Amino acid sequence: MMLIAGQILLGCALLLCVWRAWRGPSAEDRVLALDTLYVNAMLLVLTFGIRSGTSLYFEAALVMGLLGFVTTAALAKFLLRGEVIE
Amino acid sequence: MSGLGEALVLLGAVLAFGGSVGLVRLKTFFERVHPPTMGTTLGTALVLAGSMVRFGTLHEILIAFFITVTTPIGYALLVAAARRRRRAP
Repeated sequence: MMLIAGQILLGCALLLCVWRAWRGPSAEDRVLALDTLYVNAMLLVLTFGIRSGTSLYFEAALVMGLLGFVTTAALAKFLLRGEVIE
Repeated sequence: MSGLGEALVLLGAVLAFGGSVGLVRLKTFFERVHPPTMGTTLGTALVLAGSMVRFGTLHEILIAFFITVTTPIGYALLVAAARRRRRAP
């Protein structure tokens, strides 16, 4: 029961991040909202893994954590320099 | 034992939700950088601790390590980009 409540809270957090990524006045706000979206979605996948009991969800969460960092670093580098690889 | 894990997961989800509420409610970008760190550090740690109480495998330690190491680097890069973009027109 508490797991389902946590999943509902994480889903509402995802919606709030989507709102900020949609409305965000500057580009940095959108990147920040995207990074928070990644972490919240990873937590949601983790709670699905806890409910189901298989280890597949945990490997998916690991990949999501790594890809979220790569996305944020590449977008921040783009905002900083104007190009990703120089 | 199972109730403890579920309570830890719920507490982590509450922290992540609070971080997202702060992301929406605060006014400027440099204020908005702060609240999501609450969900990405302690929220993730609590959810992973709840998972560890249930299963106790190596995956949680790996995920916690990667998130703890990589999230501050990403936010620092983002704030550096925001400062440079606001200073130079």
